[in-house]
Amino acid sequence: MTVDNGNVKLFTEKAGIAGAAVSEVSSLEEAFQYTMDLCGKKEACKLLVSGCEEGLSSKAGELCETKNGKTIAAPALSKKQFSSLGKLCSENGFVLLKDGLRKHLGGIDIGFSFVDHGIAETGSLVLNCRSEELRLATMVSEIHVAVLPKSKIVADSYDLESYMEECMKNADYTSFITGPSRTADIERVLAVGVHGPLELHILLLEGV
Amino acid sequence: MQDAKSFKEYKSQIDEALGNDFLRTAMDNFAVAYRTGRANAFANIDDKALIKDIADAKDCAAQNIDELYAKFKEEAEKKGAVVHLAKDAQEANEIIGRIALEEKCKSIVKSKSMTAEETLLNHHLEDLDLQVIETDLGEWIIQLRHEGPSHMVMPAIHLSRHQVSDLFTDVTGKKQDDDIQKLVKVARRELRQKFTQADMGISGGNFAIAESGTVGVVTNEGNARLVTTLPRVHVALMGLDKLTPKLHDALRVLKALPRNATGQALTSYVTWVTGANECATAVDSTKKVHFVFLDNGRRALAKDPLFSQVLRCVRCGACANVCPVYRMVGGHKMGHIYIGAIGLILTYFFHGTDKAKNLVQNCINCGACKEICAGGIDLPGLIKEIHARIQDEEGHPLTSALLGKMMKNRKLFHKFLRIAKHAQKPVAGKDGFIRHLPMIFAPNHDFRALPTVAKVPFRDMWDKVKPAKVANPKHKVAIFSGCVQDFVYPEQSVATVESMRGKDIGLEFPMDQSCCGLPLQMMGEKEACKDVAIQNMEAFENSDCEYILTMCASCASHLKHNYPKMLGHDPKYAVRVQEFADKVIDYSSFMNDVIGVSEDDFLDSKGKKVTYHAPCHLCRGLEVKEAPRELMLKAGLDYIECAEEEVCCGFGGTYSVKFPKVSAQLLSKKMNNIKETGADILLTDCPGCVMQLRGGAKKNGLNVEVHHISELISERRK
Repeated sequence: MTVDNGNVKLFTEKAGIAGAAVSEVSSLEEAFQYTMDLCGKKEACKLLVSGCEEGLSSKAGELCETKNGKTIAAPALSKKQFSSLGKLCSENGFVLLKDGLRKHLGGIDIGFSFVDHGIAETGSLVLNCRSEELRLATMVSEIHVAVLPKSKIVADSYDLESYMEECMKNADYTSFITGPSRTADIERVLAVGVHGPLELHILLLEGV
Repeated sequence: MQDAKSFKEYKSQIDEALGNDFLRTAMDNFAVAYRTGRANAFANIDDKALIKDIADAKDCAAQNIDELYAKFKEEAEKKGAVVHLAKDAQEANEIIGRIALEEKCKSIVKSKSMTAEETLLNHHLEDLDLQVIETDLGEWIIQLRHEGPSHMVMPAIHLSRHQVSDLFTDVTGKKQDDDIQKLVKVARRELRQKFTQADMGISGGNFAIAESGTVGVVTNEGNARLVTTLPRVHVALMGLDKLTPKLHDALRVLKALPRNATGQALTSYVTWVTGANECATAVDSTKKVHFVFLDNGRRALAKDPLFSQVLRCVRCGACANVCPVYRMVGGHKMGHIYIGAIGLILTYFFHGTDKAKNLVQNCINCGACKEICAGGIDLPGLIKEIHARIQDEEGHPLTSALLGKMMKNRKLFHKFLRIAKHAQKPVAGKDGFIRHLPMIFAPNHDFRALPTVAKVPFRDMWDKVKPAKVANPKHKVAIFSGCVQDFVYPEQSVATVESMRGKDIGLEFPMDQSCCGLPLQMMGEKEACKDVAIQNMEAFENSDCEYILTMCASCASHLKHNYPKMLGHDPKYAVRVQEFADKVIDYSSFMNDVIGVSEDDFLDSKGKKVTYHAPCHLCRGLEVKEAPRELMLKAGLDYIECAEEEVCCGFGGTYSVKFPKVSAQLLSKKMNNIKETGADILLTDCPGCVMQLRGGAKKNGLNVEVHHISELISERRK
């Protein structure tokens, strides 16, 4: 697949406007390292998940207590990829999860995913997530790190019609993701992370 | 939710809402920010062409609603979902309640669905002892407050952070502070816990793609993704109008919907669910999925030649975002469940005459909603039509019926105006304003000074002021003065004639012309309105003119667009009315575009400092935007642009009589904007706007002269 630099540029600009952090990586290893650094920096000495520091009802508070240590969920990696990421995690003292994410609804620090496409016009990711674990990893986590091969960026959503129609021939669950979860429901003031990730990091991968 | 029993009660609720300072400030900030946000979002997009494409595609879908439903059902069921069709709200609620009980669900999480609001689904489910939690932040807040949404996209826009903080303090039992970021995090944690327990998720659906049986859901918060993922049962409730043949139709709407709603290129999440997906807690790890379609009058609507366009609505809420009345009173008073302009219409069809009859009167007919609608729906036109229908169903109010009778008879109407000239004597001031308002006007009307009827109407001056006959005129023009320029401000008509001097224009003034009929339409007097239209058409048919020139934007837009709508379907009038309408032109366009006056026609001296108010029926009704601005500059006037120049001044003809307090607020905003320009003179293209603005300036002691643009143009002629 060829890379359209115009699309990459537009994608980067639009994803940035939507509140995503876009970086370039030259290899999967670099993407893993980025994730390690991010997880390390995050709320350095706190195990609390977003919102737990506020006054919560006792039931909501109980859910916060289910979280132990820093966790990364990466359900859609190949065996080899999972084991190399797992190695890095154990060096850093993070827990790496592949499945059973329903047990971690209290909070996951980072959800790591490969996304299928990017849409330059709106800076959106296209993630096919028939797997429930993948859906949860990218929703329940506080930070979503998405690896997007540059060659998978198209100009606009119309370019993905036949791809999506193909997906929709069977039971399917596909999401367009543009920036982090957000709301402006209170006084129209923008606030991120109301349900999904508070941060979206997009790693544009060269040469795939 | 608007629940007034009578028009009087409705008006008093409106007046109360006007006193809500928080709401007013929030709405003002939003209205101004929205305009810029939307413009930026559409910067590289031909929005008019996109809207046209959406309208055509949605019309086509509405005509094939049954086939689309059948196809959707077949495809979705092939992929493991169950598809239901409910004829009305109660049936939809019963279907969903039954699914919950059969699946032994206790706790339900919902993502936002206007259709579920329409059916009042939560009440039904709660009656079945089910726990229902709204998970969209705004919806959760209003659910906790036992309120309905006040905006389609931002349901809790009417509430302050303090109110939310107090509410969350009650809900959590812990003292909350006013920081919005923190309040959002509290909601995140509280609602996350609800997700963990829920057995059933209920969502709406923005798109139902027949070809694949896919439902598309558009959200920013991402709660729809959780609602459709975590619980073992998923029910999506949506109107039949969401059916669309192919994915392409959905992607096209998606280009307009978030841009029009909030000025975003795209929302954070768009979720496409096809069939029954994986779910760890379900039997066989496959989710139970039910798609419930609601008819509730939609199929009948699709067959209505005039109203089927209502089904084009994509629920972006933009019609509320730009509505000057919504901005004043908020969604709880500008809607029943659906709010804004589309709400006024949908209330009639989905919730009945009783809920709609007061609401439909609260449209000032400024056309801002029509201009912005993502489906290109003629919202103000349909609102007027419903008003007329309701009056036909329930009887016409005496005043409106009497006015209809009188105005149908031109001679009687003009006689009335001539009598008024004498009758006003005791109250007429020397400055052209009525000194004390007659008793028939309530004190609420005292926000503007009203003009007196002129001593001599234009029609009686015509013989004296008409230009000498031109042998071979460049253009043959017949003047349509409208009542106000004939009987109240004849000097504007005189100025019009004067401003064309020496340009070889053959002018005439057909004496049988009467009021354009717009006030009758505003009052729902359709038949009288049609009669007047025929009279005017005939009055001008006797004249050999290329142009019918009117200096009133409202008359012009009514003559040009509404006459063909009223008479075009009648073979007796169809061709004639179109010929008539094609000739209609407004003053500024005629002077600037047809005659093509230039700098050379005007004095060399420096002109006065002026600002401009763009009449709704000029800038939107006729889409004339540049002509008056160019004209002012050519005439050497020092034109300073006014903030919110194209926002309604609050006149709206009979609207300002019905809702004086709303009108007063709109006027006051206008006055502030004008004041800020520092101009000495305010110009506009409509005598109705002159009446409102001049009256407002007088009452507010604003040192600004208000004139029709023709007056300054004639003054500046060499």
